[in-house]
Amino acid sequence: MTINITMAVLLAGLYSVGFYLLMQRSLVRVILGIVILGHGANLFLQGAGGPPGVPPFAGLAAPEVMVDPLPQAMALTAIVITFALTTFLLALAFRSFVLLGHDEVQDDVEDRRVGTTAERNDLVQEAAP
Amino acid sequence: MSILVALPVLLPLLAAALSLVFNTFPRVQRVLGVLVLSAIVVDAAVLLAHVDRAGPVVLRMGGYGPPIGITLVADRLSALLLLVSAIVTLAVLVFSIGQRITDYGRDTASNTFHPMYLVLCAGVALCYVTGDLFTLFVGFEIMLSASYVLITRRTTAQRVRAGMTYVIVSLTSSLLFITMIALVYAATGTVNLADLADKVAALPPGIRTSLGLFTVVVFGIKAALVPLHFWLPDSYPTAPAPVTAVFAGLLTKVGVYALIRTQTLIFTSEAIWTLLLVTALLTMLVGALGALAQNDINRMMSFLLVSHIGYMLFGLALYTEIGLTGVILYVVHHITVQASLFLVGGLITRHTGTVSLRAMSGVATAYPLVAVLFAISALSLAGVPPFSGFVAKIALLRAGAESATFTAYLVTGGAVLTSLLSLYAVTKIWVGAFWGEARPPYEDPDPTDEVTVGTGNTSRGMVTATGALVAAGVAIAVFAGPLAGVSGRAANDLIDGKSYREAVLGAAR
Amino acid sequence: MSREPWWEWDAPRERWLLTEQDCNGWPRSLLLEVCARIVFPTVLVLSVYLLFAGHDNSGGGFTGGLVAGLAFVLRYLAGGKVELTAVVRVRPPVVIGAGLSIAVITALVPTLFGLPVLTTDVWQFGPVKLATSLFLDVGVYLLIVGVVVDLLGTLGVSLEEDR
Repeated sequence: MTINITMAVLLAGLYSVGFYLLMQRSLVRVILGIVILGHGANLFLQGAGGPPGVPPFAGLAAPEVMVDPLPQAMALTAIVITFALTTFLLALAFRSFVLLGHDEVQDDVEDRRVGTTAERNDLVQEAAP
Repeated sequence: MSILVALPVLLPLLAAALSLVFNTFPRVQRVLGVLVLSAIVVDAAVLLAHVDRAGPVVLRMGGYGPPIGITLVADRLSALLLLVSAIVTLAVLVFSIGQRITDYGRDTASNTFHPMYLVLCAGVALCYVTGDLFTLFVGFEIMLSASYVLITRRTTAQRVRAGMTYVIVSLTSSLLFITMIALVYAATGTVNLADLADKVAALPPGIRTSLGLFTVVVFGIKAALVPLHFWLPDSYPTAPAPVTAVFAGLLTKVGVYALIRTQTLIFTSEAIWTLLLVTALLTMLVGALGALAQNDINRMMSFLLVSHIGYMLFGLALYTEIGLTGVILYVVHHITVQASLFLVGGLITRHTGTVSLRAMSGVATAYPLVAVLFAISALSLAGVPPFSGFVAKIALLRAGAESATFTAYLVTGGAVLTSLLSLYAVTKIWVGAFWGEARPPYEDPDPTDEVTVGTGNTSRGMVTATGALVAAGVAIAVFAGPLAGVSGRAANDLIDGKSYREAVLGAAR
Repeated sequence: MSREPWWEWDAPRERWLLTEQDCNGWPRSLLLEVCARIVFPTVLVLSVYLLFAGHDNSGGGFTGGLVAGLAFVLRYLAGGKVELTAVVRVRPPVVIGAGLSIAVITALVPTLFGLPVLTTDVWQFGPVKLATSLFLDVGVYLLIVGVVVDLLGTLGVSLEEDR
């Protein structure tokens, strides 16, 4: 199967922007990253069906020139799922903003523990001599 | 017969819908949930007996045949896991009903808990019985969406962060899952698992291996394999005990099931097995060592969970019949034991009012029953001889010794070491929580939080449910013979793969 | 339940033309509110059309439900929570539950006749063709409407109150 070059470039762009935003510290950017990544993934699923063709309605054309309807059905389902989960994520982010007062993603618990232990050791060492 | 495959998915969905309709009648909600989940236990038991006797049962939804239509398939592995999961979800539901009655009284109905819990059960069941990759994705999403709601219900400031980590990591893995499906479809033009088995085998080895690796990453995040496990110890311990128990027991195991299914049926390429072996070793050791570093009892058990995922991966990576038998036994044992451990952990924190092992003491003298329940599940988790963990572990170790390669020996050694480390970790819990002077419970640090601690009151329902689950764990050891028989036949099916493919595609050829 | 005739079901209960500020103290847009009320039944009819067109034309329960949901969104946008509570008399979870029940029961019914789950049959009544999947679509329709109205209630009204 061949893939349209414009589509490939677009997908690469969406995936890289999505993953880049996912790495950010601000929660809003992380959510935007998820949204863009979701668009990329759904477009990819759509693109996996092959080159464009006639809409797959019975009797509209010969089956050979129709597009493959299966990836479209799958993409539609996936779009609905990502859409619903994005809504949930936004609501959760708002809740988190109300409760915490900021939208910064905090460090991992273990990282923080290692960090505080290291700081304490440094202080002990500085105090020693 | 084929309706038995669909009922574990459809009945909980129907019950979820009805408990939304009757959202002001708490008694109806409770009875409905317990009835439906009991019905599914019966359904799964009948299904397992039938499948073991007569081979896989296939349901073609709407009468459309594979590879285009959606097929639900139950072979020995699916039916066995369905049965164990149904038992665990039933016990956990009884536990949480007991807990809700203790905390909120008999007359508090819930708009979210009962429906979402039942939807979660439906999602888990769909993952086990689905016959195609995309329905597997849908099953995962049903299960995960319900779990998002359960983990973030009535959030407080501390818990919203953990919930956020969980949701974002799971969503990212779901998006990778969609990408994987797109890649697989682009390469083969089908998503039906049985059909994929033939079509993937015809692909060039490079593409085959990279698709296989992609599935390992996608399901590895869900199953919490080591480099991808970081989200689990952060998010699970923050939820209420029954929610954590069902997450720990089932959600990661569904990931493991998906790995077993895809890696044995579709991507049986040599190159991946060595990588999986090394990952298994890392998962076991990192999890066990992480557990030792913890002071929070729930975090410690979450790290132990990660470590024991390594065992399942180990058996899968050996890819021998006896190794897979070990994996199946291990999954069955671990679903039950891990869930009962978290339930006991819930009882402990309610009695002591703290999750810190250094702060609690003397539970054994004050609540001997809790101590007995913990001891049985903990020894079983560590794999001490008469209990269920031992049976599964010995099968895995034998498989490791038999496959006779250097890496296999290395990982087998690691597995023994991890076993000892787990024993050490549960001993730490025992010494911290159970020995010493009994002391009055600490005050609940955050009464607004849904996680009630320090009240010390546990209803009979909670203890009975925990006891029943622990008893189920003991039953696994007692019936180890027949269980090992079924697991062995299931493993044989997995290695062979022919009975599954013929059952699904039989009519189509 | 009040016993007013059906043509008054949608009549405003508050003195909406007399005040120029709504309960939040925000200025009201008369034009938008009146237009939303006029368009509302039309959009609902369109959604029902889409529901019935579903089987072999574009449409279906999901699309219909979304369009019906949009009708409620329109009312909410125009008049805030007062408008929404005036239109929606049942609790959304009940609608969601009823929809899901109908869908699941429809999926199960074919097994009573020995057919696989979700099998569709087409009934012909003279010129009218009725596919049994319509019942599934009705379930989905209710489910989606319920979800949209529930979302408006939880994400819209409760956030307004949080402020």
